[in-house]
Amino acid sequence: MARLSKYLEIGSSPHVTDGTSTDVIMLNVFLALLPVTAFAIYAFGSGAALVIMVATVSCVLTEHWLCRWTGKPSTIGDWSVAITGLLYGLILPPDLPLWMVFVGGVFGVAVAKFLFGGLGMNAFNAALVGRAFLQAAFPQPMTHWQMPFAEGRFEHIPTSVLAMPFWEPTYDAVTTATPLALMKFEGQFAAGRELMAGLTSGSVGETCGVLILLGGIYLVARKMMNWRIPASIFLTVAAMTWAFQLYDPVTYPGPVFMLFSGGLMLGAVFMATDMVASPITNAGCWLYGMLIGLLVVVIRFWGGMPEGVMYAILLANAVSPHIDRLIQPRVFGTGRGSR
Amino acid sequence: MNAPAPIQQKRTSAWSMYRAIVGIGAFCALLIVTVYEATAERIADNKARFLSNAVAEVLPASRSTVEVTLNADGSLVAATEPADLPVFLGYDENGDLIGAVITAQGMGYADNIRVLYAYSFGRKVIVGFKVLESKETPGLGDKVEIEPHFLANFEGLDARLNEDGTALANAIVTVKQGEKTEPWQLDGITGATITSDAIGAILNQGSSAWLPVLERDGRAIQPPQPTQE
Amino acid sequence: MALKQVSPTDEFIKGLWRDNPVFIQVLGMCPALAVSNTAINALAMGLATTFVLLMAGLSVSLLRSFIPREARIVSYICIIATFVTCVDYAIMAISIELHRALGAFIALIVVNCLILGRAEAFASKNNPGRALLDGLGMGVGFTFALFFIGVVREILGSGTLFGVDMFPDGFQTWTVMVLPSGGFFAMAMWLLVVNWIRQREGGAEKQANERSREVAS
Repeated sequence: MARLSKYLEIGSSPHVTDGTSTDVIMLNVFLALLPVTAFAIYAFGSGAALVIMVATVSCVLTEHWLCRWTGKPSTIGDWSVAITGLLYGLILPPDLPLWMVFVGGVFGVAVAKFLFGGLGMNAFNAALVGRAFLQAAFPQPMTHWQMPFAEGRFEHIPTSVLAMPFWEPTYDAVTTATPLALMKFEGQFAAGRELMAGLTSGSVGETCGVLILLGGIYLVARKMMNWRIPASIFLTVAAMTWAFQLYDPVTYPGPVFMLFSGGLMLGAVFMATDMVASPITNAGCWLYGMLIGLLVVVIRFWGGMPEGVMYAILLANAVSPHIDRLIQPRVFGTGRGSR
Repeated sequence: MNAPAPIQQKRTSAWSMYRAIVGIGAFCALLIVTVYEATAERIADNKARFLSNAVAEVLPASRSTVEVTLNADGSLVAATEPADLPVFLGYDENGDLIGAVITAQGMGYADNIRVLYAYSFGRKVIVGFKVLESKETPGLGDKVEIEPHFLANFEGLDARLNEDGTALANAIVTVKQGEKTEPWQLDGITGATITSDAIGAILNQGSSAWLPVLERDGRAIQPPQPTQE
Repeated sequence: MALKQVSPTDEFIKGLWRDNPVFIQVLGMCPALAVSNTAINALAMGLATTFVLLMAGLSVSLLRSFIPREARIVSYICIIATFVTCVDYAIMAISIELHRALGAFIALIVVNCLILGRAEAFASKNNPGRALLDGLGMGVGFTFALFFIGVVREILGSGTLFGVDMFPDGFQTWTVMVLPSGGFFAMAMWLLVVNWIRQREGGAEKQANERSREVAS
């Protein structure tokens, strides 16, 4: 991708790169997300397609406007904000009103990304911040779940999706509870097979664990994602859940349920690995993943809400600079004892 | 800067500091006592009116009330001073005992919830309900105060005692919205599961503690003199 | 001293905009964020704070030669706490419902840094007349700021203003605006507006200089 410039570019190290630039990475993330997105639209129909579309458009437009407004060159060309928008769309309920989708997208990009300085500066994952804002602002629509694979889901757009801006949605689609809500409030555990295949309800893109995992493996194979973060999250959650289930199998679900339910898969693979908001060192990544895993288990088992992946990742985002400060790579040539 | 020079600072004697602090302290104490004396009566009035309004809201048929409390030996007596969680007996215009109003509290989703509810001696049911204090999430948990189908539970929530009158015949419990099958069950609110569960637990706890005593000794309490009107 | 040349009206005016306690000095954030969830709460809190500001300013100014430097903080706090207690009783006498809504924040006026700040920085160095004007200006500015935050939060968060419905049925309320975090959002929004206006005025820099001179004097 080398490109000749008529100017001599001078910059600080590193000078040796592996040739990947932001847009190449983003293209690969997009490829990894493609099956997940396709499955989401297949499972939830036209509502989900509209939600994903509006989410992406709102994020891209916000970034474009803000760049124009502040007199900076527009940064939408590197696709990073489009990926943020796509991810943001994938973690929303499929029958969320489009105006709320838009509000959250604007909030996420403007507050979590742009106010912190734009690409490469965001302390928090912008998609998750957008969702967290919606969760706080509109708790009812954000905990309303459409039944997957409903009849006529492609021809019929749920009325709630087309709610008038600033007006409450009315629901006509068949609703259901998410596996995690069933666990929390009913003490029922969904079967692992259903969860993996995406037969349960949930946010647009979080239901099919296997496809998400495949996307993650693709990114790891292309060396575009730090595999230590999801691995550490999975191991922590699995180990803790296994121990609790051993202690009391009636109250606590098994590791497979915990790994494949809710937003854990999507969060661990695509959100926690946000290159900017996660730690730099490998040891730091392990620690960061363990923190997320611990928080997820704590929130899911003892918290007031059924799902905690979003808050777990946001909290770990906040801690990640401190992890970096705690675990600094040894400067080449110095010993362990010297500083 | 108009800060005094160090030399001036040294001249501040202990006496002048003492004088200033004691003087201001005395002045402040006087002021607070004055304001307290001036407002005490209205504050007591306001508090009493707030509570009696709430009592009238949950037990509208009552014309007069007597606050009751438990004696050291566990028997019911008229209270001499207001309790933290007061319990009242309500009488109609003929001085007949019609119901009891019970204050109860328990942990909700965000913080303690304090509620006031009425028990009808005639129908053996809980008939009125009002949240006195809650910090539940606006839009979700606080729906227990306004949601019509939840408030409909209190048209007659079964609170019969068992045969020897020592406990509730059926524990009051919250069930999922739309799954109420028994008269002692509270039809919960989807999206406010924790708060509506908490209300059930609070009612159950308050009723278990008070209803056996009230049923046993309540009729022996002297109704207030009708001159109060 | 430069301060003596400031006209009495200016002592009052400065608290409204140029030195607004909330939007410019960013003081007293605890009540500004916590009790501004409705317009009426914001107004009540603002008025209570204004009263304490006035009375504390007056007392501190009257007693300024009587209070030795070493004992000033304890004296100021004692005076402020007294007036706060009085306000607490007064509000309870006026309306128990209002007292419940304002809750613990009445008592917390004591630690509102705005009041101690004005007592220390202004009232202790000026005559009672100026101290009263300064207190009134700061109090009104504080009330206005809280009111503006409260209006935004109430309209978005509850769909009402002063408890009156603003929209037809079906308006989607923004729960977050009623929660404490909504205070931060509304506050940030107003700060953006205020700073934008100040920048457009072009005098922001000049005013900053003036202020630093005043602080130094």
